[in-house]
Amino acid sequence: MPSAPLSRYSSVAIALHWLLAAALAASFCVGVFMSDLASSPLKLRLYNWHKWAGITILALSALRLAWRLTHLPPQDVPMPAWQRSAAHLTHRTMYGLFFAVPLAGWAYSSAAGFPVVLFGVLPLPDFVPADKALAEAIESWHAALAFALAGVALVHVAAAIKHHFVDGDGLLRRMWPR
Amino acid sequence: MRARIATALLAFSAFFAPPLAAQQRLLPAQSEIAFTSRQMGVPVHGRFRMFEAQIEFDPKQPEAARIALRIDLASVSLGTAETEAELAKPGWFDTRRFPQASFTSTSVKSTGPGRFDVIGKLTLKGASRELTVPVTLLQAGPATTASGSFAIRRLDYRIGDGDWSDPSLVADEVLVKFRLVLAGVTAP
Repeated sequence: MPSAPLSRYSSVAIALHWLLAAALAASFCVGVFMSDLASSPLKLRLYNWHKWAGITILALSALRLAWRLTHLPPQDVPMPAWQRSAAHLTHRTMYGLFFAVPLAGWAYSSAAGFPVVLFGVLPLPDFVPADKALAEAIESWHAALAFALAGVALVHVAAAIKHHFVDGDGLLRRMWPR
Repeated sequence: MRARIATALLAFSAFFAPPLAAQQRLLPAQSEIAFTSRQMGVPVHGRFRMFEAQIEFDPKQPEAARIALRIDLASVSLGTAETEAELAKPGWFDTRRFPQASFTSTSVKSTGPGRFDVIGKLTLKGASRELTVPVTLLQAGPATTASGSFAIRRLDYRIGDGDWSDPSLVADEVLVKFRLVLAGVTAP
């Protein structure tokens, strides 16, 4: 007997969704702010906090992907086929960027010669060599991917709001913590 | 007569033989003075591109040695142009007022075969501190490599004072590593 379709995401999925949403938004804002600062203790602190947050996001995203692949999400709410495809494409793109953005940031750190030492105690390996030209190239990729993630996330938020308030299909309740 | 010529020749050669100090010199292109500082746990490696040394050193008579080093602080290389520009500022090296750091030995002691403790005074940014630098000598053909490492405390020399003095931000301890290739030092 097939189980009844789920009406909500699991509580683990909901917790990871909101935790990562907050962490990503904060890291993005700090990243944009810090890159224009002149050299100062604040800048050094923000860069390191940003890197630690990025590695934490990477680890939580791996956990989140593993959970997503092993736990069924609720069924899609009724909508035209093109919107369904667009929603799934948006989700897949975001998942890809959850990994691509922090990995590019990690690579940029290594290429710039300032390897990541997580929380100031755990040195992470460098998977690219320290190289000025490479660092500049990867820096622009890290920024471009982060802005792409911000753009796709805005589309995701706008679509969720439209479903909930315009279509009145109660979509947000699937992801709302109880 | 012959004896007088011989004596004159001996005096002549002694007069014109270069003294020990002139024969012993640093080969800067093969030498390296590098350091590692820690910023919030992240090791940051730097090195100096320009330095010079005056050396009078006979490994058989280490106590008579005289070693003087001068390092051009503006020649620091630290990975990024931004950090190099920062280091030149008054809070850090203040290279405009203190263009050079110097080390002058006061005594040298043998501590084992090919190993010495060089005790001397490091002057950096107007502050002087006594240091004991362990040095290992390795002979390879005509060249002698003197290498070793030692730690200094940056705040002893007011390197990174003011906003940057918090050691949880930039560690107080800075590890200095050197490899000086010398010509004219005979094997110990």
